[in-house]
Amino acid sequence: MGMTMSQKILAAHAGLDEVKAGQLINAKLDMVLGNDVTSPVAINVFEENGATAVFDNTKIAMIMDHFTPNKDIKAATLVKQTRTFAGKYDIKNFMDVGMMGIEHALLPEKGLVGPGCLCIGADSHTCTYGALGAFSTGVGSTDMAAGMISGKAWFKVPSAIKFNIVGKPQGYVSGKDVILHIIGEIGVDGALYKSMEFAGEGLQYLNIDDRLCIANMAIEAGAKNGIFPVDDITRAYCDGRYQGTPVEYTADEDAEYDAEYTVDLSTLRPTVAFPHLPENTRTVDEIGENEVKIDQCVIGSCTNGRISDLRAAAEVFKGKKVAKGVRCIIIPGTQSIWLQAMHEGLFDIFIEAGAVVSTPTCGPCLGGHMGILAAGERAISTTNRNFVGRMGHVDSEVYLASPAVAAASAVKGYITDPAKV
Amino acid sequence: MNAKGRVHKFGDNVDTDVIIPARYLNTASHKELAAHCMEDIDAQFVNKVQEGDIMVAEKNFGCGSSREHAPIAIKASGISCVIASTFARIFYRNSINIGLPILECDEAAREIRDGDTVSVNFDTGVITDETTGKTYQAEPFPEFIQNIISKGGLINSILS
Repeated sequence: MGMTMSQKILAAHAGLDEVKAGQLINAKLDMVLGNDVTSPVAINVFEENGATAVFDNTKIAMIMDHFTPNKDIKAATLVKQTRTFAGKYDIKNFMDVGMMGIEHALLPEKGLVGPGCLCIGADSHTCTYGALGAFSTGVGSTDMAAGMISGKAWFKVPSAIKFNIVGKPQGYVSGKDVILHIIGEIGVDGALYKSMEFAGEGLQYLNIDDRLCIANMAIEAGAKNGIFPVDDITRAYCDGRYQGTPVEYTADEDAEYDAEYTVDLSTLRPTVAFPHLPENTRTVDEIGENEVKIDQCVIGSCTNGRISDLRAAAEVFKGKKVAKGVRCIIIPGTQSIWLQAMHEGLFDIFIEAGAVVSTPTCGPCLGGHMGILAAGERAISTTNRNFVGRMGHVDSEVYLASPAVAAASAVKGYITDPAKV
Repeated sequence: MNAKGRVHKFGDNVDTDVIIPARYLNTASHKELAAHCMEDIDAQFVNKVQEGDIMVAEKNFGCGSSREHAPIAIKASGISCVIASTFARIFYRNSINIGLPILECDEAAREIRDGDTVSVNFDTGVITDETTGKTYQAEPFPEFIQNIISKGGLINSILS
């Protein structure tokens, strides 16, 4: 029986010719990632167990992005602990304020992950790098510590669900709408323990930022990873950028899938996930005019803080104003994206519209800082989770959407179709 | 190894943001994390929980963030075991890696009620609801994972 793309990458890194779904393997890692919240826990585990060396100081990344620039003394202490550890073990990819960006925007941009690599990260959205044809998955801090020590991780080989992407998207439909649509169809545990493998001629219409957004939210369907085949769009992005040696894996013709779905991009509409689960989706056509008033709009995060996202928002904001009573916070994902957006004049559009532009940070996405909600407040956000209390008070609400829908809603003051702005 | 305690019952899709809200992730102290365990789904949980109690939930328990702070907070609050219909995969891994016993058993997860007294035999996977007298059989861990647990967690297993 053939192997899926994910299985082939796992087999190669475990030194095996073949693996089967359900098999438990140990595999060599190309990258081990942590952030300012998860690295300190991993460092404690590392030190408490008497470890004295890391397996490879070039294959560990520690990105200080969640509560930075440090939001309080406790956060500053965690970053200081990580900085000290990174100095002691000469961790090459320790990224502090000034170099850092949101980890899942930064690692692809810096070429630290690429086609065929095997990456674990102590952050659930590590599945983002599947967009580049990598096997990449979120783990906890103890796994991160074990990976830093041994360069290996254990995996239960996943089975897969195949998503055959066809058709050409219309209007304002973006990668975010594709993944929200899919999660709405299969549910927040629809891909539990499995790979989500994307294929089909429709992929030609999804740029690298769309794919990063889609793979990013595979975890919101419970998936172990999301993965795209390597094509010219991937190569154009990774060539001259990826620091490793790219290896292009393809699923076997006779690979077996637990289920197959067809997603026709031409029929999708801008989609919004209502509180308090990403599966509670409605298209903008199913939301009444003035039905969902908002207090805040957040455009950024590891899901939608890339240059295409900022351009999409700017296109909507150009010559318009954020509605009275709405706070609009725009957070470019990395320093490089920040500079590019500035040079393209996007910041003029945002500021003139009445939005603010922040330094890169995960910030409000997880209710950390830079835009916390009070009781009874509602936000439309391009982030990835709308759980109870995610952006602040337990009685606040988060609606997930694309940058275009978020920007349009900020202009109107209620959730709306960008075509109506 | 066995556990016995009073049940704290939860439903579907209990996410790691309600298990330990991100506003408390500015610490790695187990004690501080335990003080806010389940705060956004049951603000009284930390006042009710007793050492050895058992948590029972339905499908996709622990979904969302990879924060190991979630199983750490549950374990440090005194919970001896979590039984669920299914676990989100990162939470499942993290629990094994830090030594929080977890069992998947759909029937037990659906039938056991809040406040019941439940005992668990980890060697056999047998769950007994002592309030109703009913027993359930959970899936045993694969040998590979039993090996991690028997060596006292992931780090000990790779360093040994």
